[in-house]
Amino acid sequence: MDSHQLDILILAALTAVTCALPGVFLVLRRVSLMSDAISHAILLGIVVAFLFTKKLASPWLVIGAAVVGVLTVSLTELIINTRKLKKDAAIGLVFPLLFSIGVILINKYIQGVHLDADCVIFGEIAFAPFDRFVINHIDLGPRSLWTTGAVFLLNLTFILVFYKELKLTTFDKGLAAALGFFPTLLNYLLMTIVSVTAVASFESVGSILVVALMIAPPSAAYLLTNRLSTMILISGILGILSALGGYFLAYVLDASISGSMATFAGILFFLALIFAPEKGILAKILVRRWKKWNFASETLSVHLLQAEYAHAEETERVVSHMSDHMLWNDDYTSEAIAQAIEDGLIRKEGNRLTLTPLGREKAKNILEKK
Amino acid sequence: MMMTQTTKITNPAIDVTDLTVAYHEKPVLWDVDFQAPQDTLLAIVGPNGAGKSTLIKTILGLLKPAAGRIQVFGKNYRPQSRLIGYVPQKGTVDWDFPTNVLDVVLMGRYGHLGWFRRPKVEDRKMAVDCLEKVGMADFMNRQISQLSGGQQQRVFIARALIQDAPIYLMDEPFAGVDAATERSIITLLRELKDKGKTIICVHHDLQTLKEYFEWVMLLNVRAVALGKVTDILTQENLRKTYGGKAAFLTGLKEEEEKGHASA
Repeated sequence: MDSHQLDILILAALTAVTCALPGVFLVLRRVSLMSDAISHAILLGIVVAFLFTKKLASPWLVIGAAVVGVLTVSLTELIINTRKLKKDAAIGLVFPLLFSIGVILINKYIQGVHLDADCVIFGEIAFAPFDRFVINHIDLGPRSLWTTGAVFLLNLTFILVFYKELKLTTFDKGLAAALGFFPTLLNYLLMTIVSVTAVASFESVGSILVVALMIAPPSAAYLLTNRLSTMILISGILGILSALGGYFLAYVLDASISGSMATFAGILFFLALIFAPEKGILAKILVRRWKKWNFASETLSVHLLQAEYAHAEETERVVSHMSDHMLWNDDYTSEAIAQAIEDGLIRKEGNRLTLTPLGREKAKNILEKK
Repeated sequence: MMMTQTTKITNPAIDVTDLTVAYHEKPVLWDVDFQAPQDTLLAIVGPNGAGKSTLIKTILGLLKPAAGRIQVFGKNYRPQSRLIGYVPQKGTVDWDFPTNVLDVVLMGRYGHLGWFRRPKVEDRKMAVDCLEKVGMADFMNRQISQLSGGQQQRVFIARALIQDAPIYLMDEPFAGVDAATERSIITLLRELKDKGKTIICVHHDLQTLKEYFEWVMLLNVRAVALGKVTDILTQENLRKTYGGKAAFLTGLKEEEEKGHASA
């Protein structure tokens, strides 16, 4: 691996963590789509700032992006408050408008600069190592590594400082306001953070990857833990894995690095969706199955207890007649008997079923509760 | 329509005068006067859309009134003064949020902590105490998504207790809880009242009104009546509040007669 490849990997991993931090709160606040809206709309802010400064590396571009990011949120809220449209429609109306104005401005006024709609959407991380940060002829590494690093520190500080406030306003806005905190202010701060993150990442990874890295790792982490702090940590780790995995996927497929990273983030999410220990699909299926057979074996024990009480005929306890009594099909019956024996609730003596002491106890408990 | 008020209140905990609240120029509360005496259990009762939650939220400063004055202990209210503990409707939060019971109760403490300060060991101890009071101490490490409706409500009440305020505003604390939980919640509210707290609940069940509350405010966009439950809960006042829902009112009457018969 040469130093350029290493630069790309570090930049991608850093971007991933930087995006995952605010992403956790977007996912929990159910405003994931806002990342999509903001990361596109900021093109307008970047373009306007560029038209004034004529420089791509100016901090005014970040400020312009942040302003338009907040504008996107305010316009969306404005439309929602008219109560004519729902949130998703409002978001869908606002950001294409702002983005399109940005595109028109580029077409009319900007030529011969690496600033176009394509580069905002896809970015080109492969070129990032060639834009160096040089002070007094000393090469300090790729410029985007410095900007992304600065935004990473900003996001980390933001979350550490406002952790308690973010948690409260995300979980219960009403209580937050009643306790004297300012949920609206925090919301705009968060959206500003999202805007700044998007603008810092747009040059290298593009807005599609920004959206992917903000939403996919936190969504996967949400399935893997029940603690907010752990969710943030796991989001960061999954972000880094997406960056590294995606890079090697791109290498193998000889395809777009950003695209591969976004794909890899998606793959990690689906793995979590299937295999997450408590909330995953597989776990749910296993629990349902366990409940089903647990219920069947309990039903069987209750039936045997009733038969004991009633001094019923021997046929009530005979394996070969069980299906008829329970109105179960034969396969289900034999599975249920096997399960009940495994649970230690019943014993099979030849063709006859009897309750174990444990089974009798359990069946009694079930009957008495009713 | 003049509001019926049977008992004069001196030094009210909450004093609302001429309050009008509107969503987009459509009034949800019209010129409402409302006073809550100190050291009492008061129910706000009225049909759906009567503005009960709106009244509570406006008192708390969560909604801006179009007109009117709100005073708490004779002063204009600011959330930072921490005089009011709040129990929102439990449906207003996401119970799948990644956090546990103890953490939710601790959130009630955030008002005392203010910005930036984190909860300390003492705060945690307080949270455990409050959970004990609502009988949920065994559940303190439980993920909140695993709670039943009644347990969720107990956690919310524990979260209000830790706010340690002289006034509590509770939005439907009995909604969606089983009979046993309802009993334990009302016992708890009575204990709070006995300690001199003022508890104001949005309440839906007219059957239990007399048993649970001393005071009642009947509300339907306008204030209909305010006073001791025994004075206010009349057929006429209920008709004014709910309109002519005869069957529903008869139900109450029968219940009353049954009550008298057994008494």
